[in-house]
Amino acid sequence: METASSINDTSEAPSQKKTASDNTNSTVKVNATGSVPMNETNIEYPDKTVGFPLVDDPKMSMRDVNVFYGDKQAIFDVNLDVGKNEVIALIGPSGCGKSTFLRSLNRMNDTIDTCRVNGEFHLEGDNIYDPRLDVVELRARVGMVFQKPNPFPKSIYDNVAYGPRLHGLANKRYELDQIVESSLRKAGLWDEVKDRLHQPGTGLSGGQQQRLCIARTIAVSPEVVLMDEPCSALDPIATAKIEQLIDELSSQYTIAIVTHSMQQAARVSHRTAYFHLGRLIEVNDTRKVFTAPDHRLTEAYITGRFG
Amino acid sequence: MSKTTETVRKTLARRYRAEKRFRAYGIASVSIGLLAVVLLFSDIISKGTSGFFETYVQLEVTYDSELLGINDPTDQEQLMFADFSAVIKQSLRQRFPDVEGRTEKRALYSLISNGASYSLRDHIKDNPHLIGTTATMWLLADDDVDVYSKANIATRSETARLSESQQAWISSLEQSGDIDRRFNASLFTHGDSREPELAGLWGAAVGSFFTMLVTVALAFPIGVAAAVYLEEFAPKNKITDFIEVNINNLAAVPSIIFGLLGLAVFIGFFGMPRSVPLVGGIVLTLMTLPTIIISARASIKSVPPSIREAALGLGASKMQVVLHHVLPLALPGMLTGAILGMAQALGETAPLLMIGMVAFIVDVPGGPVSPATVLPVQIYLWADSPETSFVALTSAAIMVLLGFLITMNTFAVILRKRLERRW
Ligand SMILES: Nc1ncnc2c1ncn2[C@@H]1O[C@H](COP(=O)(O)OP(=O)(O)O)[C@@H](O)[C@H]1O
Ligand SMILES: [Mg+2]
Repeated sequence: METASSINDTSEAPSQKKTASDNTNSTVKVNATGSVPMNETNIEYPDKTVGFPLVDDPKMSMRDVNVFYGDKQAIFDVNLDVGKNEVIALIGPSGCGKSTFLRSLNRMNDTIDTCRVNGEFHLEGDNIYDPRLDVVELRARVGMVFQKPNPFPKSIYDNVAYGPRLHGLANKRYELDQIVESSLRKAGLWDEVKDRLHQPGTGLSGGQQQRLCIARTIAVSPEVVLMDEPCSALDPIATAKIEQLIDELSSQYTIAIVTHSMQQAARVSHRTAYFHLGRLIEVNDTRKVFTAPDHRLTEAYITGRFG
Repeated sequence: MSKTTETVRKTLARRYRAEKRFRAYGIASVSIGLLAVVLLFSDIISKGTSGFFETYVQLEVTYDSELLGINDPTDQEQLMFADFSAVIKQSLRQRFPDVEGRTEKRALYSLISNGASYSLRDHIKDNPHLIGTTATMWLLADDDVDVYSKANIATRSETARLSESQQAWISSLEQSGDIDRRFNASLFTHGDSREPELAGLWGAAVGSFFTMLVTVALAFPIGVAAAVYLEEFAPKNKITDFIEVNINNLAAVPSIIFGLLGLAVFIGFFGMPRSVPLVGGIVLTLMTLPTIIISARASIKSVPPSIREAALGLGASKMQVVLHHVLPLALPGMLTGAILGMAQALGETAPLLMIGMVAFIVDVPGGPVSPATVLPVQIYLWADSPETSFVALTSAAIMVLLGFLITMNTFAVILRKRLERRW
């Protein structure tokens, strides 16, 4: 399995660097049958991801990624780059492997005993899965925000200060105060909580909790922020706030966000990657994905034929 | 009316009846349980309350220095050997001047407890200037007098272990108001004794305290460490499954087996002393470990995985996740389990009998390696004693033990409530 995929990928990797004209060729072929109603039996997978999965000068680059849970393969031969200061949305039907892929970017999958990750992952030229690279350092550089807001049952201050304390980012009390304040400001939460920094973070509303989690993540000044459906547990108003926040944060951070809401992907992301049953089907500019997708599976998904 | 509605209505009555019956069964079961508790408590309380009080006799005591054999009341040694019982005997003779003959006199003297002379001695020790003076003193009565004076006046002469003249003396004392019941302080200050009116729980309580101290000092850290390792670090495989099954098996082992183990291993092999709280504590540790491990694992499991993920995602190491988050959050649950385990250990008798903590020990133990007994064993010893007074004392001791257990369990419930409120 692994040898087969690596042979496949050595031939594939260079070809993916090719230009748009090359890609349109393959899309015409698949789109030709776009009117046929889709079911599991007549789905055609492209040999390789259509669109532009790779970019020049990427922040993170992933090659030949295969992820297994025990014997079950969850991710198949994915190649993807994440550009600097870009917001990339990962979309797809549930169970298609978005979370699995995202969690492999900061090695959160290491915590699952059965999970095995193959492939090459680079963050600015550093091999993420290099045994010499400390996972602590990696997670300080690639932070994560989870689906369900999960503040620690501690004070708001201690929540935000946890990461900086852990990594020794502040030597003095006032430095820590500064980090906490600036992180809460960036997360748009400062004005709401500045008078109750020492009350428990679990007492905030769901949307505030999620912004607190974002503040906690950016308090260690990561380069990349991974977000796994950060709004799925929130109401529309809280969601709108988080989306605005993502937009603001994208000037400083590289963000990869998993979402099941296509509107959200359309609103916040620059590029969109469409996953289907563990395969990366299409990666394109967000506007293109939502107006004229290259692949008929993508089209079927965004038009709501499955999800 | 539609056909369905009709059919439904027909079955409805039957369903309601079934439901009522079901509820009645439930109420009946709860009532039986409650009744058992009420019976138990009313029996113990009715028997035990009198154990908290002791009968005292008022006498005119003359501290005759000649009778006492004291010429310098500040000399501790003279006080030690002074014959205070002679003083008491003299007071009794003065109170009942008509008593003649050796047997009668001995019967008279036996109205007052042997312990009374010690309290007189302590009194003189504190007030040496009283030597040579006369004072009215309340003296502790013998246990037979105690039982007789507490019993129902109409029927007491049938069951009394006192002679007719003794009964007459008591009646005379009662009429002159010279018999009184006072709080049984010796119950909470003395060690065990052959004399029921002098016997106390304090020795057993201190023994229990040292035993529990050893148990909690060993069982809590070991149990928590084992639980943390099994939950957070151990790989999930056949070996850990096997360990898990065996911990559960250990919880089901009858406690006397642990006592036999303690006797064979700690006393037999390692040569530790018998009857000491240290060995008792080790044996009870073995017995409570499974309880503590199981409850600690459950409370570690109840810490939401999202908290762990959050900390890991920020770059915390596994050990930091455990120390910063899992342990603090699981602590109330762990403590609850530990308290319940301790309560179980506090009430345990069988394994301690095996390691010799059933010996008759008068002295209050001074540490975990001095011979001691524990509260439930003391109850067992008293329940086994022939004197009638021990019946009340046994029930009083049960009340004290139950008091400790109820306090511990209440504390555990409060802790658990706290834990529940968290999320
Ligand atoms: N811890 C796990 N153990 C085993 N299988 C898993 C685990 N997590 C996810 N999977 C499987 O991997 C596939 C991808 O899951 P996931 O990445 O969570 O999908 P998504 O986030 O796109 O909904 C699913 O088929 C899921 O059942
Ligand atoms: Mg998911």
